[in-house]
Amino acid sequence: MTVKVRIPTPLRKLTADKAEVEAGGGTIREVVDDLERQFPGFKERMCDENGELRRFVNVYVGEEDIRFLNGLDTEIPSGELVSIIPAVAGG
Amino acid sequence: MAKIDQLKCRECARTYDVGPIHVCEFCFGPLEAVYDYDGIAKSISREKIAAGPQTIWRYADLLPVNDDTPRVDLGAGYTPLVPAPRLGAELGIDDLWLKNDTLNPTYSFKDRVVSVALSKAREFSLDVGACASTGNLANSVAAHAAKAGMGACVFIPDDLEQGKIVATAVYGSALVAVKGNYDDVNRLCAEIADNYPWAFVNVNMRAFYSEGSKTLAYETVEQLGWEYPDHIVVPIASGAQLVKVRKGLGELHRVGLMDSAATTKVHGAQAVGCSPVAEAFARGVEHVRPQKPNTIAKSLAIGNPADGFYALKAVRETGGAIDMVDDDEIVESILLLARTEGIFTETAGGVTVGVLAKLAKAGTFKPGERVVAFITGMGLKTLEAVTERAKPTATITPTLEAFEHQIEIGVIPNGR
Repeated sequence: MTVKVRIPTPLRKLTADKAEVEAGGGTIREVVDDLERQFPGFKERMCDENGELRRFVNVYVGEEDIRFLNGLDTEIPSGELVSIIPAVAGG
Repeated sequence: MAKIDQLKCRECARTYDVGPIHVCEFCFGPLEAVYDYDGIAKSISREKIAAGPQTIWRYADLLPVNDDTPRVDLGAGYTPLVPAPRLGAELGIDDLWLKNDTLNPTYSFKDRVVSVALSKAREFSLDVGACASTGNLANSVAAHAAKAGMGACVFIPDDLEQGKIVATAVYGSALVAVKGNYDDVNRLCAEIADNYPWAFVNVNMRAFYSEGSKTLAYETVEQLGWEYPDHIVVPIASGAQLVKVRKGLGELHRVGLMDSAATTKVHGAQAVGCSPVAEAFARGVEHVRPQKPNTIAKSLAIGNPADGFYALKAVRETGGAIDMVDDDEIVESILLLARTEGIFTETAGGVTVGVLAKLAKAGTFKPGERVVAFITGMGLKTLEAVTERAKPTATITPTLEAFEHQIEIGVIPNGR
């Protein structure tokens, strides 16, 4: 399955400035692996040395944060957009 | 003199040139202003601060601006630090003080951070101020942008209190109500910030913005006659304020304004309905699990707090605690503060006072210790929270008889 992935500014140097790319996979983990194949270095930016999602990276499937779903093993429904978004401060 | 010459990632320590960027390109960690503390130590003094304006800008040497940074200034900061003996007596705290930050230009501590952020935006020649906000930040960005003649576009959850909506829209900025909670708004703004050359104070200006909160620590110590309090109680939303208060305490010694390092215990306050940091503290873990907020304390309703991890760390390192109160306790605490000290706070202040009471009950404060609680926003903004509990005692016809009847039946106290 192919999904569309929205890329935030800090990662666009890897994707030749593309804000949206396509990747193959049924789960976020598979998508990240495919992004690593297409854009070497990608996975290291997303995941720490234990393979867990970095603390300040938020990944959304559609509207939902994958931390509320199944983390990296979250399955991606057909046609749903994946967004990678840095955490920001607030108030 | 350039006081800050670079930005540094808090996670992996990679450095970047100073600019409107906020996350590390490598690990997404937050960027932090790096100061030339040795240089600052040479020029700063208590006398120089005392001779400065009665605003946050008296501490300009410790803020991430340069001498030629244009200042966007409505007069934020240097709010009263008042003794609170009546509230202290109710809660069993010997020496309680309140930092009354409801007395800022737009009635919340956010003026401190926005004044710094939009000044920096001017330095970067950005013409539009923007933010994702739970309300107070929106008020402040809109007002400061108006004063500076900048454009503004602020984003809020669509279910905010009426007071916060009106007190933003009145300044003439574009106000976008987003169907969703704060975390949804924040996410949207992170994406918008990628596509528009705006100064999003809590996104691409964050490294500068958050530094404004350090002034709460400086002022507290200065107003206590250059003494550290034993305890400070701070509300936690994104966690940035608490982290920066702790940083500010540390800097006072670093630049020689204080002879010794601070031993102040920093405590955090959250609402039960949005308690990701308090929950992690209670479980004794480092990982802050995001929540879906459901609390009347909307200004603290950030379910995925960006600085939650660091706030947790700061509290633990200082020997502090984090606790939480439910919505009923928040309302009771707002009323208690008003009744005892004459300060009307919004729901966030209710959270702070409620947790202050809990900490006191748990024996956190030793006899004679000095405790400071930060009251960060004012009550007229969240009238909805107390409307049911704050009504006319009696409604009467305009006759003496009608009034005396109320005295007779004991509704109006007949005291002197």
